[in-house]
Amino acid sequence: MTHTLKKTALCSSCEQAGGKMVDFHGWLLPVQFDSIIAEHKAVRNAAGMFDVSHMGQIRVTGADAWKFLQHISCNIIKNTPAAGTYFHILTEQGTIIDDAIAFCINETDFLVVVNAACIDEDFAWLTKQAATFAVKVSNESDQWSMIALQGPTAVETADKILPGVLDLLRFHIKEISLFGAKGYVTRTGYTGEDGVEIMLPNAQIETLWSTLLKLGVKPCGLGARDVLRLEAGYLLNGADADQTKTPYEANCGWVVKLTKEEFIGKMALETKKAAGFATKLRAFKLKNPGVPREGCKVFYNGVETGTLTSGTFSPLFKGIAVGYASTEIPLGAEVEIEIHGRKVPAEVVKTPFYKNRV
Amino acid sequence: MYNEETCRFLKTHEWAFAEGENAVVGISNHAQEEISDIVFVDLPKVGRVVKAGENCCVIESVKSASEIYAPVSGEIIAVNEALNGDPALVNREPHAGGWLFKIKMSDPSEMNALLDLAAYNATIGK
Repeated sequence: MTHTLKKTALCSSCEQAGGKMVDFHGWLLPVQFDSIIAEHKAVRNAAGMFDVSHMGQIRVTGADAWKFLQHISCNIIKNTPAAGTYFHILTEQGTIIDDAIAFCINETDFLVVVNAACIDEDFAWLTKQAATFAVKVSNESDQWSMIALQGPTAVETADKILPGVLDLLRFHIKEISLFGAKGYVTRTGYTGEDGVEIMLPNAQIETLWSTLLKLGVKPCGLGARDVLRLEAGYLLNGADADQTKTPYEANCGWVVKLTKEEFIGKMALETKKAAGFATKLRAFKLKNPGVPREGCKVFYNGVETGTLTSGTFSPLFKGIAVGYASTEIPLGAEVEIEIHGRKVPAEVVKTPFYKNRV
Repeated sequence: MYNEETCRFLKTHEWAFAEGENAVVGISNHAQEEISDIVFVDLPKVGRVVKAGENCCVIESVKSASEIYAPVSGEIIAVNEALNGDPALVNREPHAGGWLFKIKMSDPSEMNALLDLAAYNATIGK
């Protein structure tokens, strides 16, 4: 290894549970425990947990906290206490820096949860934009650890250690006291199942992990997480979205509220939307066996039309993928995906592949 | 009959077992453990002529694709059709029902260049 990988506070717990550890954007994290397929099944049918401590937490406080978040978000940020809003942080060109969730603790205190690989860039961008607002932007990422507890039995399991969490609304946050520390629980996730994400200080997170293990929750790795999120139609920032793509192209037009008076990237998005888009993130389901992967070329009527940005084997749907391809290809059309030099027929479909129960 | 003891290996984790002029080919137990959760095997076409060391098959797990090299030269005369319906057979029985394909050897002496189990185990630190 040429560089030192960052470890989460759950690293040794994951290793003890049999985690196969890999380098994920500079973090040492488990790609799988015993089997990606078994872990996927646990989350779709019961409950699984993921160490997501590498994710970032940026706190925005001050009199202008909401006004400031409205400025950096293309979506309308909810400012009712406990409500969370999924949004994109955009460049002036209307392209995607990151996707994140802003939780309103109160009108002057918001907690923004961001992708691990974007923490430094997001924090620098928010800090730069904050200059003209009465806000304080703090990077709390190193203080918090987080476990995502996901699956149809996840919330009732969480309720055993956090009584009342069953009443927490979807996309809402609640302050908690657990194992003698203050933290947060949110009813969110990245799997397409109901579930919660629990944030605690680093010192308490191993206790939460071992408690959930005893309650029968299956440890799951990044491999299962990637299959689950792709089935659920969630973007993987850095793969399916980056600073060359607008939310419209990333199939996330619903996140953009042009009715808002102002936000960073609004003018560019209005212009680009009016001009239309040649390609968008399209979804594909293989008709024959095979596993589509990032980088595979997509052909329509024999002509190359795009490249996959994510693809996997889904235990539910076999070969599934997304990639940027022509907006002119109709839904239901047959394309071909080139896998190891073999062209495999696939159908153009809508996302999500998996219609969640939440 | 072939088993781990009687097979010869490549450093790249394929095994071969000579049955007369034919070689049965599969992957080692260590390889299937490393790959885990095999979900698709892209088998070579029967009739294809391969050279020893040629990439001729792909094993897909959920997470990755692994190329499989021919341990010996010759013609592919059979593939394990059972893997089309049940690719995880390679995980369960890497040295038995999970064989991949058979090669009619053009030079059976190539088998002598392959590793025996002890030499293969040494390469994987066993």
